Amino acid sequence: MYKINVKEKLADKIFLMVVEAPRVARSCEPGQFVIVKMDEKGERIPLTICDYNRETGEVTIVFQIVGASTERMAELNAGDTFSDFVGPLGRPSELVEESLDSLKNKKILFVAGGVGTAPVYPQVKWLHENGVDADVIVGAKTKDMLILQDEMEKVAGNLYVATDDGSYGFKGLVTEVIKNLVENEKKTYDVCIAIGPMIMMKFVTILTKELNIPTVVSLNPIMVDGTGMCGACRVSVGGEVKFACVDGPEFDGHLVNFDEAMKRQQMYKTEEGRAILKQREGATHHGGCGNCGGDE
Amino acid sequence: MDVLKRVPISEQPADVRNKNFEEVCLGYTKEEAMEEAARCINCKNAQCVKGCPVSINIPGFIEQVKTGNMEEAFKVIGESSALPAVCGRVCPQESQCEGKCIRGIKGEPVSIGKLERFVADYARENKVEVAQPESKNGKKVAVIGSGPAGLTCAGDLAKLGYDVTIFEALHEAGGVLVYGIPEFRLPKETVVKSEIENVKALGVKIETNVIIGKSITIDELMEEEGFEAVFIGSGAGLPKFMGIPGENANGVFSANEFLTRNNLMKAFMEDYDTPISKGKKVAVIGGGNVAMDAARTALRLGAETHIVYRRSEEELPARVEEVHHAKEEGVIFDLLTNPTEILINEDGWVKGMKCVKMELGEPDESGRRRPQVVEGSEYELELDTVIMALGTAPNPLISSTTKGLDINKWQCIVADETNGATTKPGVFAGGDAVTGAATVILAMGAGKAAAQGIDEYLKNK
Repeated sequence: MYKINVKEKLADKIFLMVVEAPRVARSCEPGQFVIVKMDEKGERIPLTICDYNRETGEVTIVFQIVGASTERMAELNAGDTFSDFVGPLGRPSELVEESLDSLKNKKILFVAGGVGTAPVYPQVKWLHENGVDADVIVGAKTKDMLILQDEMEKVAGNLYVATDDGSYGFKGLVTEVIKNLVENEKKTYDVCIAIGPMIMMKFVTILTKELNIPTVVSLNPIMVDGTGMCGACRVSVGGEVKFACVDGPEFDGHLVNFDEAMKRQQMYKTEEGRAILKQREGATHHGGCGNCGGDE
Repeated sequence: MDVLKRVPISEQPADVRNKNFEEVCLGYTKEEAMEEAARCINCKNAQCVKGCPVSINIPGFIEQVKTGNMEEAFKVIGESSALPAVCGRVCPQESQCEGKCIRGIKGEPVSIGKLERFVADYARENKVEVAQPESKNGKKVAVIGSGPAGLTCAGDLAKLGYDVTIFEALHEAGGVLVYGIPEFRLPKETVVKSEIENVKALGVKIETNVIIGKSITIDELMEEEGFEAVFIGSGAGLPKFMGIPGENANGVFSANEFLTRNNLMKAFMEDYDTPISKGKKVAVIGGGNVAMDAARTALRLGAETHIVYRRSEEELPARVEEVHHAKEEGVIFDLLTNPTEILINEDGWVKGMKCVKMELGEPDESGRRRPQVVEGSEYELELDTVIMALGTAPNPLISSTTKGLDINKWQCIVADETNGATTKPGVFAGGDAVTGAATVILAMGAGKAAAQGIDEYLKNK
């Protein structure tokens, strides 16, 4: 059992949890992820590591309610436990593997969208602790959906915030902020790391390709075991099939087939939708839609 | 009673069982088991034992069954095997013990597998306890993977007095016994869990959710956690795909994924959260036991199910019993057929599959006749789900993170067949991680050999 020591609501439907998992805390690096499972009947849910403390043996995760399982997970509180918490999975961020000297000479831009701010944070923090300041763009739908603002402020070089509705910072999309920084403020970047919704990463990579900025994205496809066994997380990168769980989660964004990846995200939408309705309303669906056999 | 024939065993009727996940074979009653045991002529030079990868004293345990002494029969099996209820169900007995049975020359061989299963089930139902190790020697051994190889190696080492910890990457112990083989062939709660409990009763500790190579490395286990030897029984977990167009469409799954969702995550049960795509018309590509398992699972979830295999029935690598069961239940066999492309609709889902007909030419390196395409035979099959059951390869997670551990060109760990020793001192390996995908019992045989190898290594250290 893995105890939840802290639970915090960061924004509507977005939660942070600090979990006791000494083996993971001891060996994880920025960019890697864990799989959590609430109880016997729960799903295995992959979540990027947001922070870790090797001394206390704690790992921080951030998740957004997107389906029945995450909705159930949000009901857990400090003092409760996960039955399973395994990791670290995937490869560490390439930044961590690079020599500090070469990193210090690099101009790095992070683009974080929504709950994707959580996995961006440990990378920016790691760089900051190693004396490298990176520029960070954070995008969200609205002010209330922004997370980890104070934390990010402390570790980022320059922090730019954009909201879709203009309720905080720049009104518009993160791609417009990138364009503005490069074209009007004449900033140059050697590498861009974009983590957020698939659609955001797709458009960031289209733009950075035009701007000639090498771009790394972190994918979070559907997966079961997270160790290369099921192949559910396969993604086309430069025409080759890769498993996000063992070959990723980070890939060269200019080579990822986002259209295919977005379609694969939809794989269990019908099943998920039915599960969440059942959880909220009970077994009320009897197949009247004509598309399925109902709830039995 | 015709002594040349086996005592028949009862099964769930095909048109009932193809709609549920209960076990197909219902097992012998005590009377039936004793009657079948009486067919064994207790050969002096028993060939069956030579056919058993873990050398169970088969005539010895059957002698006890003859007289109804099931506790003693269980002890005899227990000397050689930690997983009799599993082996009695999933071993390919027809090509091992039963394949060598003298009774088989004139008639049907003794049902050794079904008798083994009966004894193990009897022991479980009547709470017969496993024999305890005599003394502990305090030496720590780590076993990686809790599948058949790992459990066997751990059990044997515990019996020799070692302090054994198994590290399992998934949340549940059992390896392929829990994620791969379906409930209707191998019940999880009753059979697998209780055999694992028996291994634990020998003093073996199991730590789940530890991925060796990620959570901790073998070198760290040996240098920091005090393990004097390590056995790698991590299996062959990586699924293969065909490399044909359309394989990344929604609705194309590896057999591993499909079976893991259903078996380990119990997607077939309403109150479990993990979803599974049930499909209306499913094609399973491949002809091995895993293909049969996937097809029979898809069938039970309600789909019209086809096996698509490029050679003929004779070459099907699956056990005859599995093919027979699949046919009885209504799986359709499209033999001498090979997929060339998966067709996708505008939403990214499978809508069909292009196939070609095959014919068999001259034998290839494997000795099987090489399938070749029949010119102009291309046709389309309408489908919504495709499951790839083409075999698996070992996971490089361990080999790539362990200094001095050699692998061959198939990514398999290089290990001595007789004692499991790898190229790294103190590290042993066996099962699919060494051989590539094989059977439960061969993995158990390798786990057993490695336990002896480890014992000798640590005694001489």
